[in-house]
Amino acid sequence: MQTTINRKVYNIPDELKELKLTEYLREHLNLTGVKNGCEMRSCGACAVLINNKTMRICHSTVNDIANCEVLTIEGMENEDGSLHPLQQAFIDHGAIQCGFCTPGMVLTAHALLLSNHSPTREQIRKALQSNLCRCTGYQQIVDAIEAASVYYK
Amino acid sequence: MKKENPKSWRNDAYAKVTGRTKYTDDIKFPFMLHAVPVYTDSVHALIKNIDTSAAEKSEGVVKVITWKDIKGALTFGQIIKDYQIFAKDKIYFNGDVVALVAADTRANALKAAALVKVDVEELTPVLDVEVSMDPNTPLIHKEHGSNIINKHVVRKGNADDAFKECDIILDEVFQTQFIEHSYMEPEAAVCNPRHDGVMEVYGSMQHPFSTRRFVASTLGCSLAEVEVIGTPMGGGFGGKDDTAAIVCARTALAAMITGKPVKCSYSREWSIRESYKRHPYKVYYKMGLTKDGIIKAVNCKIIADGGAYCSVTPWVTWRSTVQCCGPYQVENVHCDTYGVYTNNVFTGAMRGFGSPQMNYVVESMIEIAARKCNLSVIDIRRKNMVRQGSITITGQNLDNHKVAMEETLNTVLNEFDVENKLKKCSYGKTDGDELYGVGLAMSYRGMSIGAEGVDFNSAIINVQPDGSIILETGIHENGQGSESAMCLILARELGVSLDRIVYRRPSTSTIPDGGTTVASRGTVLGGGAVVKAVEDLKSQISKFLSRKYNCSSEKFDIRDNAVYFEKGEKSFNEVIKEMFNSREYPHVMGVYRPPAVSWNEHNGQGDAYFSWTYGCQAVEISINKKTGKLKLLNAIAAHDCGKAANVGMTLGQFYGGMAMGIGYGIFEEVKIKDGKIINDNFNSYRLPRATDMPEMKAILIENPDPNSPSGAKGIGEPTNELMAPALANAIYNATGHRYFKLPIKVKIEEEEEVICRRP
Repeated sequence: MQTTINRKVYNIPDELKELKLTEYLREHLNLTGVKNGCEMRSCGACAVLINNKTMRICHSTVNDIANCEVLTIEGMENEDGSLHPLQQAFIDHGAIQCGFCTPGMVLTAHALLLSNHSPTREQIRKALQSNLCRCTGYQQIVDAIEAASVYYK
Repeated sequence: MKKENPKSWRNDAYAKVTGRTKYTDDIKFPFMLHAVPVYTDSVHALIKNIDTSAAEKSEGVVKVITWKDIKGALTFGQIIKDYQIFAKDKIYFNGDVVALVAADTRANALKAAALVKVDVEELTPVLDVEVSMDPNTPLIHKEHGSNIINKHVVRKGNADDAFKECDIILDEVFQTQFIEHSYMEPEAAVCNPRHDGVMEVYGSMQHPFSTRRFVASTLGCSLAEVEVIGTPMGGGFGGKDDTAAIVCARTALAAMITGKPVKCSYSREWSIRESYKRHPYKVYYKMGLTKDGIIKAVNCKIIADGGAYCSVTPWVTWRSTVQCCGPYQVENVHCDTYGVYTNNVFTGAMRGFGSPQMNYVVESMIEIAARKCNLSVIDIRRKNMVRQGSITITGQNLDNHKVAMEETLNTVLNEFDVENKLKKCSYGKTDGDELYGVGLAMSYRGMSIGAEGVDFNSAIINVQPDGSIILETGIHENGQGSESAMCLILARELGVSLDRIVYRRPSTSTIPDGGTTVASRGTVLGGGAVVKAVEDLKSQISKFLSRKYNCSSEKFDIRDNAVYFEKGEKSFNEVIKEMFNSREYPHVMGVYRPPAVSWNEHNGQGDAYFSWTYGCQAVEISINKKTGKLKLLNAIAAHDCGKAANVGMTLGQFYGGMAMGIGYGIFEEVKIKDGKIINDNFNSYRLPRATDMPEMKAILIENPDPNSPSGAKGIGEPTNELMAPALANAIYNATGHRYFKLPIKVKIEEEEEVICRRP
């Protein structure tokens, strides 16, 4: 099967099709920005974008990304290594503490802003509903996403 | 974006926002084995036999480790050494581990773990603190001689006599719940047996030095033979000490026995099952007042469920004892506090450390009292609160720092328009569907660990020949941004630019034991050590220039990367180069030792903490009369943080603390049925989510603390200890009913009345 991960095309052998997707990304591709937080689809630490939609992938297998475009946090920055404005906004607004939820938060916010260029704070909170953060109380994460929305217009 | 004036700076932000940060589970070594723990179904039982034979024959298994394989001590603990690294004769709680299976893959280890057979003889579990305290109840830890882990008291004045003269006496019972720290990263350890004989430990733990003690004890080796490497951590909140260290100790034992690197990464279910929780409290609280609302006497009995092991229960309950009257002056106090063993999950440190429970009690009581005395909830606080020069209930004179209790209260009252909002509260009556309430709570909090233990810390400044600077401190980065705070304090105090400073995350082998990164002491103790190190470095540089240029060392300053001395001005880089050329290392270790504290265990009197911090929070809510659904509208917090080192991260402590306080107040509870935790993942353990949270306002009040060299006060915990009582008061003001148990679940009666006890 074929898939695209962070703009690179991968041909995945059939024997890996039933492998857990988090294990494939973390152990085979070393994309460790995908986190195991609960393995219950409840915390969002494993969230990636599949065809620009947020997916919590802890219950997914490799087969689920056949012919898809996958974006993990490692593919979020620009080609030259500079930060995407959304990432910069997370830094500038103090939205990062322990950082364990950050990849899932950034990607979830990215999916929201791709489809809604000027969300209200309430819409931002709704989009983050499936992503848990224990450090920030979400306030500065919402601030960051609100500020970054101008870059999607 | 605010690039021109960032209000927040972190040395690790780029790595975290790009997913490059390597947490423990992301670390790999060649030929690394994977280990998983084995539990039993029991809660309290005698172990008859542990049969690992089938598991050992299972595919890929290298070794099944049990108590028999421990080279050092079977039990360890920070205060009482009662925690079995592996269960031997007895199961004390459902999270006890009997074996660790090490295999070539995690999947093979999991398969084999299911094959370990344990024969047990079940014992009746003791699950209630008051049953446990009954002298007729069998002992849980025979060697301790009692089911009471510890007792603390406060004896001030004569409470019994004072009650006789009180116009109003209130007598209530409060209960609080187990809660889970819910760090997003579960426990993990990677241990590498190095060829130099040192066990190298990477772990998701917030106390590298504590972890080192656990590992060395289990391996039976010296502290120097264990090197715990500071590793990026996905949150701790006090919860990554004992259990996290024990996970490291077992993993290190597996690495020692197999001679291979071993990784043990916990699932969320294992983490919630095995790791310690916040202590549930049962508090009997009697308060006597004059009709004018002056608190004359308090008698309280505090019982904390310590669960199966002691952990830091004596320290947690000590803070509850010292702060048992909240930020109020009371002349006559009789307090008895007990930490008690049960067969529940054990309890230990969690952000707040014994204060969230007592603040819920005291801040509920003060408002019950206000109504009895016909006073406003603001006036009764003003009449009783601590002020400059007040004597605390433990006899400490609050005179060595600015007592900002009233300043924080006034700030919240003004910024949140509390007096007008109080007039709008529904008190159970509304024409529409929504009941409205606003609630207030305030506290004072002793800084750092106080008379719990030895308190000091160090920082190493190592200036390189090109003028760049490497900084290390004995404070651990838990995710709060301590490394960034240390760098910012160094730049500010030394007068150099931030861009020349690199923080080197120390290991336990590179810096002296600085104690644990707990008790909101990181910025105070670590920052204090940085300031002391800067003083030493400046002294070294000024003496060098004085010798070299034959001038006074007095007229000396460093500003904006330039050194000013009697004979002129030089760039910082130039001076450093001259020092190296003269065979002098610009290298210092600064040590900060806070002012002395004192404590008399017999009467509970003493200068418990070297300084105090003050805070006030308020919250607005609405409750649907028909459904009982509670909506958080707005929340505010004002805390004296002394001097903020990093404003964006300080605000983050406020918001995160408030969110955790909200969870404690109305959402969270670890539910235990017959000694077993039933909500062991985030699909059933209810954490606050983005949609639950109100918009929050955080106000930093800065009164630099003269006892803290950097001026900072700790604010990680104060921010976490007030939302639950503020919510309890808001819910009363909305519904007219007082809740005596956390978490508060507003109940609706058939005739659409909210039910609960009358105050």
